[in-house]
Amino acid sequence: MKVLMFGWEFPPHILGGLGTASYGMTKGLSVQPDMEITFCIPKPWGDEDQSFLKIIGMNSVPIVWRDVDWEYVKSRVGGYMDPQLYYDLRDHIYADFSYMYVNDLGCMEFSGRYPDNLHEEINNYSIVAGVVARQQQYDIIHAHDWLTYPAGIHAKQVSGKPLVIHVHATDFDRSRGNVNPTVYGIEKNGMDHADCIMCVSELTRQTVINHYHQDPAKCFAMHNAVYPLAPELQAIVDQRKPSSERKEKVVTFLGRITMQKGPEYFIEAARRVLDRTHNVRFCFAGSGDMMNAMIEMAAAYGIADRCHFPGFMKGKQVFECFRDSDVYVMPSVSEPFGISPLEAMQSGVPSIISKQSGCAEILSNCIKVDYWDIDAMADAMYALCMYPSLHDYLQKEGKKEVDGITWEKVGQRIRRLYDETIQKCK
Amino acid sequence: MKTICLYFEIHQNIHLKRYRFFDIGTDHYYYDDYENERSINDTVEHSYIPALQTLLQMAKENQGYFKVAFSISGCAIELLENYAPTVIELLQELNETGCVEFIAEPYSHGLSSLANEDSFKEETMRMAKKIKELFGQEPKVFRNSSLIYSDDIGSTVASMGFKGMITEGAKHILGWKSPHFVYHCVQNPNLKLLLRDYKLSDDICLRFSDKSWNEYPLFADTYMDWIASEPEEEQVINIFMELCALGMFQPLSSNILEFIKAFPACAKQRGITFSTPSEVIEQHKSVDALEVAYPISWVDEERDISCWLGNGMQREAFNKLYSVADRVRISNDRRIKQDWDYLQVSNNFRFMTTKPSSWNMYRGIYDSPYDAFTNYMNILGDFINRVNSMYPSDIDNEELNSLLTLIKNQGEELEVKDKEIARLNARLKKLSPEAEPKKTTRKASAKKQA
Repeated sequence: MKVLMFGWEFPPHILGGLGTASYGMTKGLSVQPDMEITFCIPKPWGDEDQSFLKIIGMNSVPIVWRDVDWEYVKSRVGGYMDPQLYYDLRDHIYADFSYMYVNDLGCMEFSGRYPDNLHEEINNYSIVAGVVARQQQYDIIHAHDWLTYPAGIHAKQVSGKPLVIHVHATDFDRSRGNVNPTVYGIEKNGMDHADCIMCVSELTRQTVINHYHQDPAKCFAMHNAVYPLAPELQAIVDQRKPSSERKEKVVTFLGRITMQKGPEYFIEAARRVLDRTHNVRFCFAGSGDMMNAMIEMAAAYGIADRCHFPGFMKGKQVFECFRDSDVYVMPSVSEPFGISPLEAMQSGVPSIISKQSGCAEILSNCIKVDYWDIDAMADAMYALCMYPSLHDYLQKEGKKEVDGITWEKVGQRIRRLYDETIQKCK
Repeated sequence: MKTICLYFEIHQNIHLKRYRFFDIGTDHYYYDDYENERSINDTVEHSYIPALQTLLQMAKENQGYFKVAFSISGCAIELLENYAPTVIELLQELNETGCVEFIAEPYSHGLSSLANEDSFKEETMRMAKKIKELFGQEPKVFRNSSLIYSDDIGSTVASMGFKGMITEGAKHILGWKSPHFVYHCVQNPNLKLLLRDYKLSDDICLRFSDKSWNEYPLFADTYMDWIASEPEEEQVINIFMELCALGMFQPLSSNILEFIKAFPACAKQRGITFSTPSEVIEQHKSVDALEVAYPISWVDEERDISCWLGNGMQREAFNKLYSVADRVRISNDRRIKQDWDYLQVSNNFRFMTTKPSSWNMYRGIYDSPYDAFTNYMNILGDFINRVNSMYPSDIDNEELNSLLTLIKNQGEELEVKDKEIARLNARLKKLSPEAEPKKTTRKASAKKQA
């Protein structure tokens, strides 16, 4: 089976959970012997792992015919793409885009991030997708997150193949209900055209059904998973000091400091804990538009000396942070899935997660509280810091549980849905 | 002739309230009065009153033939006294028919038998006294909370003067043996054991209204046929369950009470009698000693204590609770003693279980075992602070323990001396029957003071 996937991020250059999930899912699927995956991203860097899938960089797909020689193409795109593919794609330019701003290869530039002119970039992505969709051979289309829905629809219209869209988040999660109408429009349009909607949790599925008015029969919950820690990350985690040597407990929040993630509830809970005890520190790893407000809030409560803001963390730093933490807290107001508690539990850090997060549906060896229930959150933090048996139990059982949640299993479930969808659309 | 020994447990948990760590030191009231009142009223209305009325009717109609036994935990008595005294009156009325035996159990329905022998004895004797007050009976038979039993517990119970004990006929203990005989404790042959027939008991309390059960619907004559068809020499059928089984586990709409009501008539037809545990113990000889090295209970498929002490959290809570057992026992503070009873209730530990079979179980106000643990530990933190503040802070636990041992030893020493005095007095009387009694008394009292 051949799958054409549209995505926005792919490791190692990632900005959020979307890239990690895309990687895990494709890798989990690629274990199946007959699975061929072509993954489109706006801007490859050349160091992506292409051993189990083929990556097409949208910034190297021509939309305007240019007469360039092999050697030049090779020097430009050879790092991540076969030059022959450039010529094959060039044969499928389907309209006159010479009015667009293109470079000497006839390609459009992409930032590959989330720039201010995001809507323009989304539109360009779908124009380029038209070329890819005409050139490639595939059985099914799989579009990840709303940025790529227009591209998915375009590909479906060109090829007539079934479209699967993967809802990693909705605008209702990001905005606490104040949706951006343009984004909502794109999301709704994508869902309306989709033959199958995979949602990262039942929570998201309900949002899709209730707020986007989709047929429940085509919506499925497809929970994410995690990959076992790489040896070098495991080595970092293994440096954890035994609890007897750790005089101060560290409670960590890790994620973008934005409204969606509920950082203010974390501060409120921290304040309650610090009212009673003094050997606990609180770490805010991440950056975001509410960071300054949070620093001010901590200062106003007089707990700034116990709250630390080390900024955005990526790669190894995340696991160094887990290594030095005793408790991980994710107080998200609305979290479609939330992969970081799984990573924390993998690293042996017991987690407190909000009931409003998708991963709460599949985890049982963690503490779940309502995000607004600051007292319960504080209580859970205090208990994990003070009662060693609870900490030990959740540390051990949590790791065991997360080790059983693998992408291979998710891959098998996705494959079943692919087969059903293709059958249905015949 | 076969005999049925029917026994019901009456126990209600005292629900703890939501208690946050910042309440430690400021709030010393731990109970959820609303939930307690609601749950006891619910149980009383749907189970206790209709069930007891049925049993009362059965006892009156079959005067001298139908027999039944009860045990009530201290917590249940206090709840009933507060919220539903009619149940106690009903029990007293039943008691007057003369067909009822009351069995002793630890007052708190807790796990003290596994932790602290002295506390265990103290609360058992307290319960026996309470039964004497309420029903005028002196319990001869004992049952531990949730039928927990081991050889050590058996020998402790025997040392308190009980003639028999009720426990589970656990498969892994009995093996090929049948629960339909009387056994005895391996450490003390004077303590006879009555073993619950879990199959016949669970048929009523677990499966009666289960429509997917292949015996559904079960009728009393079928049930009695099963009992009658047991081998001739297997004479004692012990059917033990919670009283809530009639009306709560098996709803009244399943006609469970009609089923029970038909017992005496159906049994009579087949020549089966009813007996109280004491009667069984008097009339039957023990066939063998029963060796139980590790504690058993009537809970879960494992029939062990893993649902209370299966994980690290439960053990931490348990150890912490009983670390102050001695200090509480020698104190005179009534509120501390009351809290001590309520905190020991085994349900508190059950709420913390993480056994896979328990994920959908009823957990009271808690939504997870971690929640239950956190809440309990917060309360325990406050309670232990209160207990410790009653004793000078410069006396640490070990010192206090050694003082306690000293007191205990001295008590024993005095006891020995008292005996010696009595012996000497007797001899004195024998030697000189005309000697002035006044003189000896003075002597004895002088000795005592020394």
